[in-house]
Amino acid sequence: MSKDREFYLRRLHSLLGIIPVGLFMTQHFVVNHFATRGEESFNTAAHFMESLPFRFFLEWFVIFLPLMFHAFYGLYIAFTAKNNPQRYGTFRNWMFVLQRFSGVFLVVFIAWHVFETRFQAALGAEVNFNMMADILANPFMFAFYVLGVVTATFHFANGIWSFLVSWGITQSPTSQRISTYVTIGIFLALTVVGVQALLAFV
Amino acid sequence: MSATATKTVVLEILRQDTTDATPYWEKFELEYRPNMNVISALMEIRRNPINADGKLTTPVNWDMNCLEEVCGACSMVINGRPRQSCTALIDQLEQPVRLEPMRTFPVVRDLIVDRSRMFDSLKKVKAWVPIDGTYDLGEGPRMPERKRQWAYELSKCMTCGVCLEACPNVNSGSDFMGPAPLSQVRLFNAHPTGAMNKDERLNAIMGEGGLANCGNSQNCVVACPKGIPLTTSIAALNRDTTVQMFKNFFGSDHMVD
Ligand code: HEM
Ligand code: SF4
Ligand code: FES
Repeated sequence: MSKDREFYLRRLHSLLGIIPVGLFMTQHFVVNHFATRGEESFNTAAHFMESLPFRFFLEWFVIFLPLMFHAFYGLYIAFTAKNNPQRYGTFRNWMFVLQRFSGVFLVVFIAWHVFETRFQAALGAEVNFNMMADILANPFMFAFYVLGVVTATFHFANGIWSFLVSWGITQSPTSQRISTYVTIGIFLALTVVGVQALLAFV
Repeated sequence: MSATATKTVVLEILRQDTTDATPYWEKFELEYRPNMNVISALMEIRRNPINADGKLTTPVNWDMNCLEEVCGACSMVINGRPRQSCTALIDQLEQPVRLEPMRTFPVVRDLIVDRSRMFDSLKKVKAWVPIDGTYDLGEGPRMPERKRQWAYELSKCMTCGVCLEACPNVNSGSDFMGPAPLSQVRLFNAHPTGAMNKDERLNAIMGEGGLANCGNSQNCVVACPKGIPLTTSIAALNRDTTVQMFKNFFGSDHMVD
């Protein structure tokens, strides 16, 4: 991989984290939230998503390919860093470390989650309320999913913060501080939406 | 200020005899004098190279020049933090005082490191104002006084390397040039004459080991002894390179403006 393309690859990595991957995640959480209105609402919503036209195209170009690029290039980025929070225990340095740890955990979580749901669907299983309820009935799996949701919302929210810096939108220390508060708000809001949906299955 | 009461100063120094020799710790115990700094303690060891076991050893090697925190040569890791040893006062340090070289750079000997990579980066990003020509180019445009004052802060960089040592993304596995040369691009692009080549500098930091390697840990701005707003510089350059990227692709055949 030519090092001269590094700049463009990094910018692509940053962009894909928000559009489409971050937006897809938000949409996914919102659809899952139908579970709080009962089994039927969830199944209708999930079925609507499944029956969107151009499903194959949407899945590959809006979800799988961007996510795979972001994830694999993200792993490379994460493992090139030599974390040093014991030397500089500042908030931002911890966020730097956690962005990398959460990314690595997300590879495991998302791989497992996709295997359990979309991959099984490809083998003929039906993805519906019961499938999720069965998975989440196991307390270990429930904990794993809660951790997965919190990690994803953290990574996305902190990613919005660093996206704004990476593209030169927030420059001044003040604007960067305020975007920290705003992204903490996004983290909390998305976490509530995600965890409420999980609780609705048990 | 507990050190004032004690009679001795204890130093633990990570020593290394040659560039690829294995490093080892050596301990020294010196008589306390008022107002000592790390350099005067090292000078004392040079005068009388006896370690804490009472054995004769080689004097510890270190680098220094200005002794007033403007040259950057004396930088080392003191009690876990990279900083200048000439302004590190013994009275303000916890003992034993642990001295290590900034191992982000190749170690030459003991506390001396080779900071060449920073100077190479400055060349790569063209951190100067080109004024040589075949004829007298005359005076350049004037710089507003308030801008000059602001630029002066950026010009205080002494290439000490502390920000590179602090950065998690500057390491043996990465070729990231680090915050200091990037901030110099912002300085020279802000100069009215220097701005005439700003596209060249921006394209240089969009290349190998450049700006995009920053992961926003923001350690550099905490570590810089000169208080240079490194993270603001990086974010500002992120915007400038965003614009430059679109100009390069969609732009017409003009270069600077
Ligand atoms: C699947 C495994 C993933 C890995 C290994 C991963 C890794 C990373 C890493 C290392 C960074 C830091 C980049 C830097 O500071 O330069 C990052 C940034 C980011 N990630 Fe991920 N990520 C993953 C999944 C996700 C997901 C699912 C989302 C969206 C919900 C996401 C959104 C973002 C965003 C928005 C950024 C900020 C980009 C920037 O700094 O400009 N990532 N990711
Ligand atoms: S920016 Fe600050 S820490 Fe970095 S080399 Fe210059 S003076 Fe040293
Ligand atoms: S000797 Fe110049 S900075 Fe310390």
